[in-house]
Amino acid sequence: MALPPARVSMPAEARQGEILEIKALIRHPMETGYRVDSRGQPIPRHIVRRFSVAYDGEEVFRMDLTQGVAANPFIAFSTVATRTGELVFTWEDDRGEVVTVRKSLTVTG
Amino acid sequence: MSRGRALALMVMIASLITPLITPLPTHADPLPSGTGFLSEDLQARQADEAANPGMLWVDEGARLWQSPQGATGASCASCHGDATTSMRGIATRYPAVDATSGALLNLEDRINLCRTRHQKAEPYPYESDPLLGLTAYVARQSLGLPMDVETGGAAAPFYAAGEAFFHRRQGQLNLSCAQCHDDNAGRSLRGDTISHGLGNGYPAYRLEWQSLGSLQRRLRSCSFGVRAVQFDYGSPDYLALELYLAKRAQGVAIETPAIRR
Repeated sequence: MALPPARVSMPAEARQGEILEIKALIRHPMETGYRVDSRGQPIPRHIVRRFSVAYDGEEVFRMDLTQGVAANPFIAFSTVATRTGELVFTWEDDRGEVVTVRKSLTVTG
Repeated sequence: MSRGRALALMVMIASLITPLITPLPTHADPLPSGTGFLSEDLQARQADEAANPGMLWVDEGARLWQSPQGATGASCASCHGDATTSMRGIATRYPAVDATSGALLNLEDRINLCRTRHQKAEPYPYESDPLLGLTAYVARQSLGLPMDVETGGAAAPFYAAGEAFFHRRQGQLNLSCAQCHDDNAGRSLRGDTISHGLGNGYPAYRLEWQSLGSLQRRLRSCSFGVRAVQFDYGSPDYLALELYLAKRAQGVAIETPAIRR
């Protein structure tokens, strides 16, 4: 029952043509790779590389992240409600780990 | 002496003594929360559950609340049920004295004592994500409620120790807590504003840490700042200070997980 370390907030219902504001947070160290530990050894880079959102199978938002982004990235974007379907939020990091959150959206009118 | 000169003398004397008889500020009104010193953007982020990064830890706490732990296999919910009702207002009363052991406990200690005493589980290490998560989750249930700790009775010696600590000069900079957080609160210290030193938002998400952290972690940063001894997590000195700070925050609303710089 482990929850993904991510939090997505968006309305569950919307009217056709309505603009939705969607906010996504994930817990991630976003280690830059430029720092050294207490013994002077470099700390390997560990960052989220890509965040993408598919709405009913179609990509509606994508963002490439870099070392310049702080830990626990917060991303807000908007999209237009077109049809009832599932939004799939995917974060991929440079160790190949993938976190996925699914939210369903009901479109009326 | 003419009447005019006598009047002028009286006015002068009155203006001299007026500053002396102005009542000293009391803490009858709650002190202002540190949130007021944040930028509008950060205040908005703190208030928005969808944007506040501390909520990631609250989510973890909510999951742990339901998760069976230790030899008994009991979860927090097995005894305490729904946290939104059973834990409401609890954080306003911590740190508090444990009736069984007579020790002063902060919320983290209480959670760990519950683990060892009732769940027969290992205590979580200080500043571990599970302990921060559970503490933040429990404190979140008191969101908006005013701090109200007990400082009499069994808590009195701890409160006195905390008060003494707050006013004691320490470290290479030879500063007491009061010199910044009473005498200069609201004024600038380099790029930041000095707060009144209330713990009402902890565990808080500090931008400097890029993580949630406990009030004791913040106190260790303060000790480091004045180049004084950094006490260990859970040390009696910091615990007593936490109690004193909680009393200073009497009536201030809990904001966990707050955002702090």
